[in-house]
Amino acid sequence: MAGPVLEAKNLVKHFPVKRGLLSREVAVVRAVDDISFSIDPGKTLGVVGESGCGKTTTAKMVLMLERPTGGIMRFEGQDLQALDGGSLRAYRRSVQAVFQDPYASLNPRMRVGSIIVEPLVTNESLASAEVRKRLLRLLDLVGLPERAADLFPHEFSGGQRQRIAIARALSLSPKVIVLDEPVSALDVSIRAQILNLLRDLQAQLGVSYLFIAHDLAAVAHMSHTIAVMYLGKIVEIGPAEIVAKSPKHPYTQALFSAALPSHPDERRDEIILAGEVPSPLAPPAGCRFHPRCPHALPRCSSEEPKLLSESGRLVACHLYPK
Amino acid sequence: MNGTAANSRSVSTVLALPSRLAFIRSEGFPLIPSLILLMITLVAILAPVLAPHNPEVGVLGDRFRPPAWQTGGTTDHLLGTDHLGRDVLSRLIFGSRISVVVGLMVIIVAGAVGTALGIISGYLGRWVDQVIMRVTDAWLALPALMLAIFLAAIVGPGISNIIIILAAVWWTRYARVIRGEVLSIRERDFVRLAVVAGCSKWKIMRMHILPNVINSAIVLATLQLGQVIIAEAGLSFLGVGVPPPLPAWGLMLADGKKGLMAGYWWLTVLPGGCIMLMVLSANLLGDWLRVKFDPQLRQL
Amino acid sequence: MTGPLLDIRRLSTHYVSARGTRVTRAVDDVTLSLDQGQTLGIVGESGSGKTTLALTLLRMLPPAARIVSGEMLFEGSDLIKKPENEMRRIRGKRIAMILQDPMMSLNPLFTVGDQVAEPIRVHEGTPRRSAWKRATELLKAVRIAAPETRVGEYPHQLSGGMRQRIVGAIAISCEPRILIADEPTTSLDVTIQAQYLNLLRDLQRSHNLALIFITHNLGIVAKMCDQVAVMYAGRMVEAGPVKQIYNAPAHPYTRALLESIPRLGDNRQRLTAIDGQPPDPSAPPPGCAFHPRCPKVMDRCRSEAPPEFRVTDTQTSRCWLSAPAAR
Repeated sequence: MAGPVLEAKNLVKHFPVKRGLLSREVAVVRAVDDISFSIDPGKTLGVVGESGCGKTTTAKMVLMLERPTGGIMRFEGQDLQALDGGSLRAYRRSVQAVFQDPYASLNPRMRVGSIIVEPLVTNESLASAEVRKRLLRLLDLVGLPERAADLFPHEFSGGQRQRIAIARALSLSPKVIVLDEPVSALDVSIRAQILNLLRDLQAQLGVSYLFIAHDLAAVAHMSHTIAVMYLGKIVEIGPAEIVAKSPKHPYTQALFSAALPSHPDERRDEIILAGEVPSPLAPPAGCRFHPRCPHALPRCSSEEPKLLSESGRLVACHLYPK
Repeated sequence: MNGTAANSRSVSTVLALPSRLAFIRSEGFPLIPSLILLMITLVAILAPVLAPHNPEVGVLGDRFRPPAWQTGGTTDHLLGTDHLGRDVLSRLIFGSRISVVVGLMVIIVAGAVGTALGIISGYLGRWVDQVIMRVTDAWLALPALMLAIFLAAIVGPGISNIIIILAAVWWTRYARVIRGEVLSIRERDFVRLAVVAGCSKWKIMRMHILPNVINSAIVLATLQLGQVIIAEAGLSFLGVGVPPPLPAWGLMLADGKKGLMAGYWWLTVLPGGCIMLMVLSANLLGDWLRVKFDPQLRQL
Repeated sequence: MTGPLLDIRRLSTHYVSARGTRVTRAVDDVTLSLDQGQTLGIVGESGSGKTTLALTLLRMLPPAARIVSGEMLFEGSDLIKKPENEMRRIRGKRIAMILQDPMMSLNPLFTVGDQVAEPIRVHEGTPRRSAWKRATELLKAVRIAAPETRVGEYPHQLSGGMRQRIVGAIAISCEPRILIADEPTTSLDVTIQAQYLNLLRDLQRSHNLALIFITHNLGIVAKMCDQVAVMYAGRMVEAGPVKQIYNAPAHPYTRALLESIPRLGDNRQRLTAIDGQPPDPSAPPPGCAFHPRCPKVMDRCRSEAPPEFRVTDTQTSRCWLSAPAAR
């Protein structure tokens, strides 16, 4: 199948802030404000950004845990807004998730085998022998022994639990897996194991990932495309090497320059941003980044820049095209 | 009560406990209270075998016999007789049946109903939550014992009536506590992932929420056991509980009350002591359970 | 002053379970030293003992823990031998500590000013008004905008980055000699983290502090530290100058760790992962604790725990591969 497996166009998510006895809407949190992206089959879209940028909300919308307030989301060409009931369940089978905390992602009272096959038995009626077969295959895929199926989550370490979570996410052979900080809660020496596993699975099964993490190096390592978000907007999006090696948007530049070095001799031109991230309740007018931007122009405070192509990626900044 | 580590250690050196029962060795396990409850339950089950006399029929000529170790007592009636000549020991033994049955049944029924409503209310939220909670609030505002007396006066005496009435009064405590737990469990990642997997709301409540609140329900039930037994004893004492000649401990207290001034202490102290023993043991066990389960629950 | 500011020799801290049946060697025979103005990074994963080491330093261990052996010389005198009232004068005043979660470190019921002024008032007996003035100056020193207003606000009114700076202000309020930072930036965003680390470095220079970073993040060590000590299962497996260790790690664990971390600008090749997981500190493997995961394991490693060997005059490694005959 040609074309992206998941597509978002002008996605918007606003949360109303209600006060008072009658819950009147007094303000709106613009968590995600008009973003567009697409994920190709077998590829990884990495999303980076700091608190309040909207990446978690975006993940929730992709997982249909939140309904978009506006915009279109398409899965394999089909408009998701039109989904209800049966087709929503069909969508759920194709999009699964792995979350950050391996200690909270598994029901402590269920055996690992049941946890892994739960999506399978919920959505398909298969003979138990077939279910068992698939369970063993999934355990094998993530590198866990057969006897793990009968144990409870608390008998496993953090890294092993994350493998269980990944096995579960794979049980329905989904097309897209949303990975929300999949390794940040794991010990450093284990992270490489899990990242390698995720890569191998992608190569083997052709599954796409939406990879969200604050570790820029990990995102750059795993992703084919990187999207940089700030206050609900995508400020830069393009192929991973291009965005990571030569970022164009001032925020992206500051972000990558702030990343910790991997060697003491690695020197980066540190761009230290002034101030803090403004509240999504009242984002600045014009370009949302302009109050903190070291290169702000007069028009940045009144005119919102559009995402335009520049050197092989899209940037939303009045500095470009030069 | 001596449910201490010292006792646990002596038990564990004598018995090699299978791993399921290993918790008995844990710190502070209330061994004696648990044994007392176990004993009371066994007595209740084996009552017809254990009781030396018929608890409901007495020989009038034999009234007010004191316990065997006092002057005037006989070994035929080890704990004496009451105002109708009935054997106190036999009545205590059969009375345990009523306490055990009523106690267990009430906490099971109230627990089941209350937990179910708590889960539904907590998980579904919105208007369902509002309705159930307002009903619970209204119900809780009524004083439990008074409500029980009122209902008993309407419905009439009888064991099954008592059970229904007490359960109807007590379910609200469960609903509240369980709902609170559900509100926090609902936000856990594994519940979100169940939604992502396509599970229906009912499946989530059954497979994910319920098993994770059952510990709280059990702790609550054990702590409530004492209250329920006292309530049943109170109702029987007031004459609106178990009807005579059934040997409920509360009823024995009521009957024995008249004899206090005359010095017939065994007619009140003994049934009162049984009530106290059972309630205290249940409370100690419940307390230990609460402490034991709490840290695990926080880890959820 | 002659000699190191902090000299820890063969320190061991054990946790004993309630019944006395299980002993966890949280810190096992650790030796390290810190000079004035230096920055030391203590690196380790969960179960490595790094936090226990920090708590031992400040003698803030829970009741189940016991300092079993060794000495901790601070400015020449052994902290282990000091009575509690003397330790209280040292904590906060001469040795300060910053913890990971600023929300947990700050009392939500007291104003920022009250909390920053507290150590000043406790240790120096300063009256409230002048302590508040000092607090405002401290907020300026940690680069909080409009400190005069902020000083009267409550923690919940501030952002995460600002709260962590407040915590920093509290820590330096009495001009300590050593500042221990236990994972101070884990909860912070990337750009805020950069600001904060730069702040710590500037504070170090202006106040002539010695800094100890306790972290699992090798990036912080690369950026901030002069010296590094790597801990694994309670033991210090490698120590030395940061550049030397990053260029030529002697211990297989250090090397494997450095190789397993994704690097910005690498060719997105497969990472070199370490098999297995960090051991349970209460039941470490016999011999060298790393042996089940070590790519260079030898028979000896399985039964004999290696002592510390000198690799160069500044670098030590606890590995049989670093034994003089082997090299």
